[in-house]
Amino acid sequence: MVTLLFFASLRETVGLSREQVALPAGTPTVSSLVDALRSRGERWSEAFAPGKSWRVAVNQRMADLATPVRPGDEVAFFPPVTGG
Amino acid sequence: MAHVRVQAGDFDVGRELDVLTRGRRDVGALASFVGLVRDANDGHAIQGMTLEHYPGMTESALEDICAQAHARWDLIDTVVIHRVGPLVPGDRIVLVGVASAHRGEAFEACEFIMDYLKTRAPFWKKEDTPEGGRWVDARESDDAAAERWKG
Repeated sequence: MVTLLFFASLRETVGLSREQVALPAGTPTVSSLVDALRSRGERWSEAFAPGKSWRVAVNQRMADLATPVRPGDEVAFFPPVTGG
Repeated sequence: MAHVRVQAGDFDVGRELDVLTRGRRDVGALASFVGLVRDANDGHAIQGMTLEHYPGMTESALEDICAQAHARWDLIDTVVIHRVGPLVPGDRIVLVGVASAHRGEAFEACEFIMDYLKTRAPFWKKEDTPEGGRWVDARESDDAAAERWKG
């Protein structure tokens, strides 16, 4: 299992801030996780649509599509940051 | 060597900057930046905003940015305080303070920390406008400002 977190506009689009999910089979990466999320339905394919700008962090460090995901990891998805 | 806080409440700028120099005789320069909530953005009237963040990652991202500043310039001490939650125009959002022996390092490091904070620290602003809530889009000009510190 991994913990997924969603923040800001991405959280509103998917309608969820946190959940636990089983990892995709094989050698899971952020990319395979996002593929699985996209297949959930319209809100999910919209949130992760090609060309849509989003960021990902694994265990609170910035990551990318190729980053491996392991059991127990915390994977957070969010839009580009706008603090300051 | 770096004081980092994320909090809902306001901060006292004078008191926070005093922490960087109190009891020291080697500080020759103290540069600071305070960001505030404006009442307009991109042609929209702003009644208020809510700042969301990623607890845990935000603090470590800010600490990492300060560590990069300390590695890059000869700094004595730094402080970064960022507010979260509901804010209204005129409220302070963020404080960056940098103490060093000479002004050049303090000015540059203060700007570097703000440029990196705006593009790397996980905060998101949602503005309240007369037309409803509106998530603020990231600006390319902020990316460009952060890029110039590379190389």
